[in-house]
Amino acid sequence: MAAAGAGRLRRAASALLLRSPRLPARELSAPARLYHKKVVDHYENPRNVGSLDKTSKNVGTGLVGAPACGDVMKLQIQVDEKGKIVDARFKTFGCGSAIASSSLATEWVKGKTVEEALTIKNTDIAKELCLPPVKLHCSMLAEDAIKAALADYKLKQEPKKGEAEK
Amino acid sequence: MLLRSAWRRAASAVTAARGARPAVPTRELRLRVADHAPSGTAAAPEVEAVLRPLYMDVQATTPLDPRVLDAMLPYLVNYYGNPHSRTHAYGWESEAAVERARQQVASLIGADPREIIFTSGATESNNIAVKELEAAIQPDTSLVSVMTVNNEIGVKQPIAEIGRICSSKKVYFHTDAAQAVGKIPLDVNDMKIDLMSISGHKIYGPKGVGAIYIRRRPRVRVEALQSGGGQERGLRSGTVPTPLVVGMGAACEVAQQEMEYDHERISKLAERLTQKIMKSLPDVVMNGDPEQHYPGCINLSFAYVEGESLLMALKDVALSSGSACTSASLEPSYVLRAIGTDEDLAHSSIRFGIGRFTTEEEVDFTVEKCIHHVKRLREMSPLWEMVQDGIDLKSIKWTQH
Repeated sequence: MAAAGAGRLRRAASALLLRSPRLPARELSAPARLYHKKVVDHYENPRNVGSLDKTSKNVGTGLVGAPACGDVMKLQIQVDEKGKIVDARFKTFGCGSAIASSSLATEWVKGKTVEEALTIKNTDIAKELCLPPVKLHCSMLAEDAIKAALADYKLKQEPKKGEAEK
Repeated sequence: MLLRSAWRRAASAVTAARGARPAVPTRELRLRVADHAPSGTAAAPEVEAVLRPLYMDVQATTPLDPRVLDAMLPYLVNYYGNPHSRTHAYGWESEAAVERARQQVASLIGADPREIIFTSGATESNNIAVKELEAAIQPDTSLVSVMTVNNEIGVKQPIAEIGRICSSKKVYFHTDAAQAVGKIPLDVNDMKIDLMSISGHKIYGPKGVGAIYIRRRPRVRVEALQSGGGQERGLRSGTVPTPLVVGMGAACEVAQQEMEYDHERISKLAERLTQKIMKSLPDVVMNGDPEQHYPGCINLSFAYVEGESLLMALKDVALSSGSACTSASLEPSYVLRAIGTDEDLAHSSIRFGIGRFTTEEEVDFTVEKCIHHVKRLREMSPLWEMVQDGIDLKSIKWTQH
């Protein structure tokens, strides 16, 4: 008698638990909780992914990071005769935050002059993407990539020097 | 008994609304809320039809097998006695359940039930086993401790050979079998194992429980980590949690029944996953020995794509890159480094876990998404671009930041 009651109880409890949808669905389905939606957006809706002609005199190419570190960014800028950056492209081997940082960097340099682009700080990138402390180095690498691209462009503008690029 | 009648009323309302329950335990825990909402029941709340990611991370933890939950529930609701109470039926029935579970665990690994001590998990068991080394004063006492199946790359260690060597040299042999128990056949006597750590939640049992196997003949002496009322032969004081232990026993019994079938099914699914991926994508490396390998743990490195970005892209699948234990650090997996994997490939590794409840559709979905996103991430990768242009990546002088 008790066994039958216990059996029914067991089945009822199983049934109740298995079918209960009362848990808030939103909290359970948060796979990207680690990533801010701005970071995810840069991957899902990519902008400025690609390459420019690196042999061109108006294109500066910056390649920073190392595969052994798990972070490599290539950032290219195209500058017009007036010294304004008219186009930028990037490619990144790295985590979601690295991809977003370099993507945001290309968005920000467009329309700036070469001098203005030098003022872009990694802290601004990190703030815009709400990067957690453990991912701050991604924004630092993005800043390095911008500076490397600008340095490469400047080097190309110097007369009688060959196209020195990495 | 107000509780019981309230349950009964609620249960009959549920079963009336829901109709017949399926006879075979199914894993309808994916909370696709739209499927479960019964029509015409006023109590059903407004819920969004939200899907959860597929679960492909069984090395981190496993879901409860419904049969395990069925075994545990009476001990959570009704038979709540302390198993160490000697003076009444509540204690007696609880103790009987604990001893039954002990027998179930022992029979899975070919041990005597007197050699099984329940703990809070494999980590505690490991600590007990290794502390024995520190407790022994004689300089010639030593201990060999080896994982049976690695949780990151699924490699199986030659346990029987190691056991034979240790036994001949009179050295204690401990193995952490958390990922192996119930998945590959283990026998502590054939393999000459002296100490073994077992984890409940790695074999579709509850979390918070494990066991340590301690050989009696010849006797292995270990020192207790926690002192108190002397339960579990004085080796692990503290009230034994009957519901958890019953769950663990049930999980071991189910594992013993299902081991062969599970292994065959999981091998087929693993083969399917690896073949499909390797056929569609170039430059994919499987980490770990292909022969001595547990099929349910597949660790692949996708060259020129970073692991965490792939995890972000594969947001509909729960996966892992490197060991879950080290996920908070920025270091690549120490296991991959130890087997000599290049560091960039270590950063590119993903672990796919296939378990008892993984379906072919889940594998196909995962494979399809994986192929799609690896291709997409390679298009975004400067390393892939350089390799396509014929540049040897090893010849580049990279900057450090």
